[in-house]
Amino acid sequence: MAQVTLRKVSKSYDQHVQAVKAIDLDIADEEFVVLVGPSGCGKTTTLRMIAGLEEITDGEISIAGELVNDVPPRDRDIAMVFQNYALYPHMTVFDNMAFGLKLRKFPRAEIKQRVDEAARILDIGTLLARKPKALSGGQRQRVAMGRAIVRHPKVFLFDEPLSNLDAKLRVQMRTEIKKVHQAVRTTTVYVTHDQVEAMTLADRVVVMNHGVIEQVGPPQELYHNPLTRFVAGFIGSPAMNFVPCRLETVGNQLMLRLTDEIRLPVPSSRVDRYSPYKDHNVLVGIRPEHLTELKDPAKPNVVRFDAHLDVTEPMGMEIMVHFRINGTELCGRIDPSVRAEAGEILPMSADLNHMHLIDADTGRVV
Amino acid sequence: MSGAVATAEPIGRRNWLKPSIARERRWALWASYIVLVFFAIGFLAPPYFELVTALKTSQQIGSGKDPWFTAHPYFGNFIGIITNPDFQTFFLNTVKVTLIVVVLTLAMSILAAYALARMRFFGSHAFATGVFLTYLVPESLLFIPLFKVLSFLHLINSTWCLVLVWPTLSVPFCTWIMIGYFSSIPKELDEAAMIDGASHLQMLWKIFIPVALPGIIAATIFAFTVCWGDFLYPLAYLFTGKQMVLTAGIVSDLIHGDVLDWGHIMAANVVASAPPVIIYAFLMDYYIAGLTAGATKG
Repeated sequence: MAQVTLRKVSKSYDQHVQAVKAIDLDIADEEFVVLVGPSGCGKTTTLRMIAGLEEITDGEISIAGELVNDVPPRDRDIAMVFQNYALYPHMTVFDNMAFGLKLRKFPRAEIKQRVDEAARILDIGTLLARKPKALSGGQRQRVAMGRAIVRHPKVFLFDEPLSNLDAKLRVQMRTEIKKVHQAVRTTTVYVTHDQVEAMTLADRVVVMNHGVIEQVGPPQELYHNPLTRFVAGFIGSPAMNFVPCRLETVGNQLMLRLTDEIRLPVPSSRVDRYSPYKDHNVLVGIRPEHLTELKDPAKPNVVRFDAHLDVTEPMGMEIMVHFRINGTELCGRIDPSVRAEAGEILPMSADLNHMHLIDADTGRVV
Repeated sequence: MSGAVATAEPIGRRNWLKPSIARERRWALWASYIVLVFFAIGFLAPPYFELVTALKTSQQIGSGKDPWFTAHPYFGNFIGIITNPDFQTFFLNTVKVTLIVVVLTLAMSILAAYALARMRFFGSHAFATGVFLTYLVPESLLFIPLFKVLSFLHLINSTWCLVLVWPTLSVPFCTWIMIGYFSSIPKELDEAAMIDGASHLQMLWKIFIPVALPGIIAATIFAFTVCWGDFLYPLAYLFTGKQMVLTAGIVSDLIHGDVLDWGHIMAANVVASAPPVIIYAFLMDYYIAGLTAGATKG
């Protein structure tokens, strides 16, 4: 069993820069957790503190129930895959993978058996005699993973391992990493700034911003029920649209007033939840897939509007359209069969059943 | 409006004024060749003159004819110098002390550079700068205080005193070279080794030294050259033939009073210069091979 537990973990540099601010996180045995966030959010620092490569300023880190605050990396029984692979350039692939086992004085036969097993899982059996300089980026990444696998560690740590690969290889290696995890079932902490990678790989995603954890949850949970504006905007590609408006009552109906001319009715199922924010400035969050060509205007809580298209981006299976409402840039997704050209006016609909209301002051989703 | 006038000129006229990549490259090549040939002649002329003189008899040298050429090479000077017991002593002393100092220098500078480049501790930057500043103090200023130190240790006129003083020339610069080289090795490499279970010494021995081999060879060449060619310290601290090394020994023991046996002196210089030349020729290939292997790329 290798749970990883972080309790009030902080990291400060020079007593002024606080990279990580008292975070709590429980990672279950065999779980694949992805730390995601923009540059400087503290995700890599958190991973390096788990690895023991950074000392923690405050708090406690436990691996498999053992407090590891002062345990050196080599005694934490972890393996790490680095962004730039960090393969030993003077050693063959076999020696790279066997290095950790040799240092731990494993018998030769077992080293060979473990390396062969990892090479089989990663399909690098034919590369064992080569040096890293004779490998492609993808092959190097596999070797780096092999070096981690052979150790049979308690925890795998991945530090943006796919960032140096081209887009096609990245997708391929993403699948490989998932397959490897399904095969070896080792607890994994994976850091990336790519939310697509996070969504596709993780059992649970940890979204970090400014050194704190904004939200932890399964990918679909984060996508559909973000707790903050940051999570709502960070998860999903293209990002969620945010439109500033004011929550007002017109007659008996709770309305979102974008302008004097544009008012959107709040779905009846949400009136109770949103009522306390009456007469507040709020943000409406709506994902691009809920701003579509006019489909079914009779559907409840679907609002029709005309969009003056600024830019269209044909993607094959869909067209992304960019337009403005009340000065705010919005993005919608329409069916590729619909004729949409920049400069044209397109009848569109907004499905408010999927909207999010965000308190403009706190940034919390209501 | 001058631009408009220039572009309006007919094609083919005054083409030489217009920029051209091929023409610029040709000019750069010519300039490079001229400068390189000038320097090559400047640097190679003295050793060539030395070799030609060493291959002449005393009469030929004394006559002053054909200073740059000899039709009938005379090897008597070389045989004379190689069989000269004094010269043999100088040579063996130089080899012995140089090898010891090179080994000591590498051991000290690799350990120091690893600590300064990779082990973060209070004052490491100041120490690294201090190491380099030490190198900037010239030999001619150091030899008097060092004389006092060696006198105190009763090492004046002992070949072994050079084992103590030559590292003051070689260690700072070699440490500086190695700090630079170790710093260029990606930090993730030692972090990976640390996670793999390596101690600092294992990391140094199994990762840093093999990866930094080109840098270590550069440091070796430097340390060897500095020791082998040093003139001032041996001249200042060694007085008798048995303790002498090549540089000071050739001028102090092969010149008898005001009799300058140029043939022997030149032959001794050629033989004394041979080891550095051979080592350069051998190690430079290795050095370049190490660089082109892209050893530090992940």
